[in-house]
Amino acid sequence: MVLEKAKIGEEHEALMSGCEAIAVALALADVDVLTGYPIRPYDTVINFIARLIADGQMDADLIHAEGEHSQFEIVKHACVSGARVFTGSSGVGWVFAMEPLVVTPPARIPVVAICGNRAVDDPGAFGCEHNDQYLVRDIGWMICWADTAQEALDLILMSYRVAEDPRVFLPCSLGVDGSFLTHAMNIVKLPSKAQVDKFLPRYDRGKLRLHPDNPISVAVQVNEDWLQELRRTVNEGAITSKAVVEQAAKEFYQIFGRQKDPFFEQYMTEDADMVLVGAGTLSLSVRANVRKLRKEGKKVGFVRMKWLRPFAAEEVRECLSRFKAVGVIDRDYSYGSGDFGGIMFHEMRSALYTAKKQPLVSNFICGLGGREIYEADVREMVKIMEDSIKAGTVKTPVTWVGTRSR
Amino acid sequence: MTMTMEFERIRGVKAAPLPEMYTSGHRTCQGCDSALNCRYVAKAAGPRSIVLGATGCMYVANTSYYSTPWAIPWMHTQLGATGSAVLGVAVSLKVQMRKGKIKNEPINVIGIGGDGGVADMGLSAVSATLTWPEYDSLIVMYDNESYANTGVQVSCQTPYGAHTTFSPVGTVKPIMHKRWKKNTAAMMAAGHPECRYVASACTAYPVDLMNKVRRALSISGPTFVAILCPCPKGWDFDPRYSHEMGEMACKSGMWANWEMEDGKLTFQTPTSGIIKGMVQRMPVADYLLRQGRFDHLRKEDFDHIQKQLDKIWGEWGIPAILPFKVAEGELA
Ligand SMILES: Cc1ncc(C[n+]2csc(CCOP(=O)(O)OP(=O)(O)O)c2C)c(N)n1
Ligand code: SF4
Ligand SMILES: [Mg+2]
Repeated sequence: MVLEKAKIGEEHEALMSGCEAIAVALALADVDVLTGYPIRPYDTVINFIARLIADGQMDADLIHAEGEHSQFEIVKHACVSGARVFTGSSGVGWVFAMEPLVVTPPARIPVVAICGNRAVDDPGAFGCEHNDQYLVRDIGWMICWADTAQEALDLILMSYRVAEDPRVFLPCSLGVDGSFLTHAMNIVKLPSKAQVDKFLPRYDRGKLRLHPDNPISVAVQVNEDWLQELRRTVNEGAITSKAVVEQAAKEFYQIFGRQKDPFFEQYMTEDADMVLVGAGTLSLSVRANVRKLRKEGKKVGFVRMKWLRPFAAEEVRECLSRFKAVGVIDRDYSYGSGDFGGIMFHEMRSALYTAKKQPLVSNFICGLGGREIYEADVREMVKIMEDSIKAGTVKTPVTWVGTRSR
Repeated sequence: MTMTMEFERIRGVKAAPLPEMYTSGHRTCQGCDSALNCRYVAKAAGPRSIVLGATGCMYVANTSYYSTPWAIPWMHTQLGATGSAVLGVAVSLKVQMRKGKIKNEPINVIGIGGDGGVADMGLSAVSATLTWPEYDSLIVMYDNESYANTGVQVSCQTPYGAHTTFSPVGTVKPIMHKRWKKNTAAMMAAGHPECRYVASACTAYPVDLMNKVRRALSISGPTFVAILCPCPKGWDFDPRYSHEMGEMACKSGMWANWEMEDGKLTFQTPTSGIIKGMVQRMPVADYLLRQGRFDHLRKEDFDHIQKQLDKIWGEWGIPAILPFKVAEGELA
């Protein structure tokens, strides 16, 4: 295991997997309480954490929960009483925790989690899909997706910073693509403890802390008399989170030299006619193929989304309305939805509705169950966008790319 | 490191501490012993305590926005999460104290959940919490023998034959609920070798109840107390008889008051008298007939329940607690 050799707290570079990078980030963030329950790929992070604690490299308590529902309830309560916490899950494990996932944001509890993206059953499958994390899209969780082990480390630190900001106090989940990110080895720049401490203040729950010195009642019963106002305060936290992400990214860049663009990253878009949009590790294959297609004279670029909640609608609108065609890649599905497209497709189309100049937006469902995205797939997407531009209209809004026909 | 609290034993009702940690503000039914139980538990535990309360009557009918009855910190926890809630707070305090993030002092961590929340839905989390000796906590199950808050439905703690909204009296099926009540406290005591303290009590015996809460809080690790709380609405009796109903439950042998500390089992009044053969169990029909939920039972049904009880008290390896005993010839 690479981690054994990692000098946590000293600035240096090391070859490690995404799960190890996350574990190092958690040690650097001085997390107090963590919970785990076995499910691939989430559990690999906890394997590393257990090792760090066992070897005295991290002072924290790890609870081996008896299920994901308990995993999330334990950290929720630990966090209310003042501890910095971490948990997470994958696929059906994430689904099993749905009740605590739902109740954490309205109580304004800054739990930080990862969703080790995995297809939800049935049929049982280990590979990556994004539907698990999207299940918490509408209930107050902040959600973001990392692209590399490095970014997973970075976004863990960002997540604590944003979630624990008292103006936000909302939970944050980092999506990490199962196996592509979690288990692939990369060179990771590990920051020093001093750098991390400069970026990340101590968690202070203030007057919302559950402690005998502060005898408050938390999450008491309401009805139609108050619920709407309480929902609005959560919404205000979600609205504020956008500016907080921006500010945090700025400071992160100053200290660590990364995360310059807070919400999304553009690749070869400057003179592009058409762009693909997606999140997570599919970027590796898409970028490589964009480079190839560029050599053939095709003016194509790529926009990689990081934060989906908060959703930077204005920035997305401004960016995407520059292009003639936009192709949204969804590693997910939204059965029965409008035009039968994927989740991010709907997000993008909705953001673009008020754009002065609207690009032709099409949707590509692919990479499901951890299927690789190949050159032929990207070529097909680009071909569909070119056809739209030629026709001046979107003929096929949604295409399942790289899918066997019957 | 967290430390457990030290308490004096309460000798008589009048010697109970005067400060109320659970006061006015709730809107439970008249004669609600589950609410009374909150008061006893909070009174016994005192101000340096944190209470985690599961969904149920003691949430919905108890802690309205802007009128909480709790003078100590209290937080709602999900119906099946009493175990996780106490574990979460206990581990949080312990780590923060160890790391010097908060003052190192004894703080009571108490979870209060209903029979539905603790013995049905939350059983797995409660059981898990009872396996962690390094985190001090107390889980209190207030047993009102139904899912009361949702309109009185059958739980695994509802007595045989009771009429509930999920087990109505039918023309073809006069008895729809035919399962015997789960022996939750005994299950906790038998199944968790590192849980040093398990007890059962009843609101009709408040001094015993409060002392059990104190004992549980003064013992290291996780502890569990089950408390029978008569429920005028769910059991269908006049609220003025709540206290009497609790007494009769114990005297008839439908409920037993006992305490298990470090493997040693003792019985308390009135159960102790029954066990020692000093008092006779009162006929169960006398108790059941006082409650509307058993109105439809016929003589043979009462006989069946009485027979079952006689077996539990007369034949079980540990009367009223554990049915099994070592078969003859198995031990050296
Ligand atoms: C997950 C979940 N399922 C169902 C409910 C609905 N519900 C609310 S209160 C309650 C009754 C709980 O019964 P019990 O734990 O015995 O407490 P009591 O109401 O009797 O005080 C139920 C089922 C819920 N809140 N959460
Ligand atoms: S239904 Fe029963 S437990 Fe609920 S408030 Fe009324 S008396 Fe109390
Ligand atoms: Mg109940």
